[in-house]
Amino acid sequence: MISAIRTPIVSLGGNIIAAVEELGRMGIFFATVLRHAVWPPWEFRLILRQLRFVGARSTLVIAVAGAFVGMVVALQFYDTLVRFGSVSLLGSAVGLSLVRELGPVLTALIIIGRAGSATCAEIGIMRSDNQIDALECMAIDPYRYLIVPRFLAFLIAIPLLTGIFDVIGILGGWFVGVVVFEVNQGAYFQSMADSVLLHDLNMGITKSVAFSMVIGWVSTGKGFLMHLNRSMVFGAEGVSRVTTDAVVVASISVLFADYIISALML
Amino acid sequence: MTERASLEFTVGLFMAAGLLSLVYLAVKLGDIGVFDNDTYSLTARFVSSSGLTEGAFVEVGGVRIGTVEEIRPDFDTYESIVAMALDPELKLQDDAIASIRTSGIIGDKFVKITPGGSDIYLEPGDEILETEASISLEELISKYIFESGDKD
Repeated sequence: MISAIRTPIVSLGGNIIAAVEELGRMGIFFATVLRHAVWPPWEFRLILRQLRFVGARSTLVIAVAGAFVGMVVALQFYDTLVRFGSVSLLGSAVGLSLVRELGPVLTALIIIGRAGSATCAEIGIMRSDNQIDALECMAIDPYRYLIVPRFLAFLIAIPLLTGIFDVIGILGGWFVGVVVFEVNQGAYFQSMADSVLLHDLNMGITKSVAFSMVIGWVSTGKGFLMHLNRSMVFGAEGVSRVTTDAVVVASISVLFADYIISALML
Repeated sequence: MTERASLEFTVGLFMAAGLLSLVYLAVKLGDIGVFDNDTYSLTARFVSSSGLTEGAFVEVGGVRIGTVEEIRPDFDTYESIVAMALDPELKLQDDAIASIRTSGIIGDKFVKITPGGSDIYLEPGDEILETEASISLEELISKYIFESGDKD
């Protein structure tokens, strides 16, 4: 009788303690990464290599995604605005929704899928094969050598990719609005320039910087702490679980942070 | 191309593309005045500037020649002081009229400036003395109802 009540309480307590422990480990990991990230020396070659992976090789995906998102946003807004006879507002609708919301969020989600998961799996496998212990044996700091270059690459690449996404999205919207539906070109760009203010741009950039930190943190941290994961599964299965975890946690955190930043800055 | 040079080339290309996009957004949409920084400022005092926002346009003869920079209350007279940044080529007489208008029925409020006929021109930082406040549709309607009631 007593054990029937005890068991769920014990498992609840155990889960909460495990969650707090993991949060604490991730917090300490984040603090360590930040300390190494602001302290020279940096491994410039490794940062460049990661920038090529996270940034340069993602450009095409981001460009294609941006074009289609801009086109579909213009299509939807055109269909709505034409009922009110305010088609001249198309540019401002497309510009505001891309710069403030869709650009940062969709870029972050695409990069989580393309680069965050790969980074987490790569570091997780290094941990699983004891390569990280081997680095420590040779007195090579794994933070400086493995983690910080990846973290900084996310931090630099994601805001730039967001900029590319926004510009290509605006061009995609231009294609649908001006070329297909024959909205006046001057009206499209003028209403966009009038309604998108520096504050909106600021909000978009703040968001993308915050998202890049979250993505860099979660995807490197989950892999790096693979050997301490809660389900106590290691090897190939452990890496797969940790990678899934990283993608889920990073995506949810991005959407959560998006709401918080919007609420604070609107 | 060696592997080393091609790595730097790709990353450099990416960085350039990203920075260019951000600069394009900032200059084209964010109105960071890198090139057209020279404006001068005039203020005007309205009984009510209801609905006018910072960043709204200032028009002369239907053409945009500036934006509203700042709206602040005057706590002594309960009026609102609107500061505008205007094109320096525009010279306004001291009897010019600033009025707050609405573009369309549900459109944004903007400041319309009607030039005056005086020979004295306003200097940067001066105040436009003749103003017309925002027109509230509700007030107009209630005025119409009450005035027509009086005549009966």
